[in-house]
Amino acid sequence: MAQQLSVFLENAPGRLNEMARVLGETQVNMHALFVADTNDFGVARIICDRTEDAAAALRDAGFSVTTTDVVAVEIPDTPGALGKLFEAIAAAEVDISYCYCVVDPTTKKAVSFCRFKTPNAQAVIEEAGFRIFGDNVFHS
Amino acid sequence: MSTMFNPAVEAASRDHIESAQAEGLCRLLPRLYAAVPSYREKLDGAGINPGDLSSLDDLQHLPFTLKDDLRAAYPYKMFAVPTRDIVRIHASSGTTGSISVVGYTRKDIRDWSECVARSLVAAGAGPDDFLHIAYGYGLFTGGLGLHYGAEYLGASVIPISGGNTRRQVQFLRDLMPTGGLACTPSYAALLAESALLEGTDLTQLPLRFGIFGAEPWSENMRKSLEASLGIDAYDIYGLSEIMGPGVAFECREKAGLHVNEDQFIVEIVDKDTKLPVPEGAYGELVFTTIAKEGIPLLRYNTHDITRIIPGACACGRTHKRIERITGRSDDMIIVRGVNVYPSQIEQVLLSFEGKLAPHYQVVLTREAALDAMEVRVELAPSFDFDEIRALEQLTQQVRRAIAEALMVRVKMTIVEPNSIARSEGKAVRLIDNR
Ligand SMILES: [Zn+2]
Repeated sequence: MAQQLSVFLENAPGRLNEMARVLGETQVNMHALFVADTNDFGVARIICDRTEDAAAALRDAGFSVTTTDVVAVEIPDTPGALGKLFEAIAAAEVDISYCYCVVDPTTKKAVSFCRFKTPNAQAVIEEAGFRIFGDNVFHS
Repeated sequence: MSTMFNPAVEAASRDHIESAQAEGLCRLLPRLYAAVPSYREKLDGAGINPGDLSSLDDLQHLPFTLKDDLRAAYPYKMFAVPTRDIVRIHASSGTTGSISVVGYTRKDIRDWSECVARSLVAAGAGPDDFLHIAYGYGLFTGGLGLHYGAEYLGASVIPISGGNTRRQVQFLRDLMPTGGLACTPSYAALLAESALLEGTDLTQLPLRFGIFGAEPWSENMRKSLEASLGIDAYDIYGLSEIMGPGVAFECREKAGLHVNEDQFIVEIVDKDTKLPVPEGAYGELVFTTIAKEGIPLLRYNTHDITRIIPGACACGRTHKRIERITGRSDDMIIVRGVNVYPSQIEQVLLSFEGKLAPHYQVVLTREAALDAMEVRVELAPSFDFDEIRALEQLTQQVRRAIAEALMVRVKMTIVEPNSIARSEGKAVRLIDNR
């Protein structure tokens, strides 16, 4: 499991900018950022180092923050690899809430971060032959 | 029978109460006629001879007093005694910036203190209790009203006033061996929330009761405050024009507010015809002060909407009960022809406890000549918003619940926790940009 920060963002100008500023001032290093938005609000999902410090700094600055456990799956850098992951997930009837992928440009390794509604997701993925990262995806 | 501060008065026979009121009214009219020129004009204009009054039934033929009369009398024209007999001034300002000033004689302060002491005892307070008063102190009647009442009762007063929530939480935690809290309901909600953020669980403190007033609040708000503060929450009603907090108060039954009928005659009149309604029907709340010296008022129309609850109260008090105020006739919002009270919206929002926080605002705008109503409410800090679908579903559920309760379509906006400005006095619930 990897720790993800989720930050509630009202659709008001400058909120994302303010969030990034706070993280910068706290010397937090972001590895992945994914912003999901609807008509009325957005949620920024962040994978970073020093998750606890980042959450505290954001809360102090008035943001609403939750930490969520997401499953970080290593995806081989080959065509069709992600498809195989989803195939395994679908076959086991595992319910997925959302997922996003990041490629580390230096190592060319791809990681998919997924939040599942079904608790056995991790076992299903491992059985399908995928490697799952622990808490320190980007500095192991 | 539950404990009363003044059982001889609070549980007097109805006959006694009503004959004392008739006497009080008969004494009031000549006093107003002699001392207040605007009342002399009013009574002359209505063809009423102040000596002719014989019974309480005659009251319905007397002229009303309105907020505008008080504003026009700024500052002291409606005082019925020379200002040297006044020992205290309070004032309230309207949305238009005009101010009404009221004055109290020494006896008025004593009577007011007694009314508040009765309210405190009805909520379970006694001389051994502490009262943490977080109402604003000053021209607003909330702080000093509760203060004098609590001292009159012999309780230990902590006159902390509003503001500095961190210190409020500290004092509630450290200075309160037993007792209660007095403030506006919205400030109580803010205190509970701030305490939790600082790691203090107020339900674990020996706080037993809360006395909340100065703004309308709902039954769901009561449940929410009782749960988050670990108390019994009681409503207290009042307005500076009539006296201040303590005009009426809830007893342990939490089934309506007893009006201090030895001080005030209460009437409910139809909001259009201004004629008395049958007992139990809703209308505008009207008070006549029979004991007040500084600024006695004849049939003051509060524009608050309520009704008299018929029947006797199980607590043994015989003074009439009014239902909790659901709104003011001038607070009422008319949206596309439909009457809406902000308290109805609050009732719906608070039914989503745990998902929404009790902080909201109603914003009215006009779009293409049509009224539009937006309800902005804060998400509860514990809500898992990472599941966007859950948040979207919540938004839809709330929108549907409001549409069903109010018969009006609204734009529903769920906003970040702590993003709606907190007030330390009366909460600003309505922003009318039409
Ligand atoms: Zn009662």
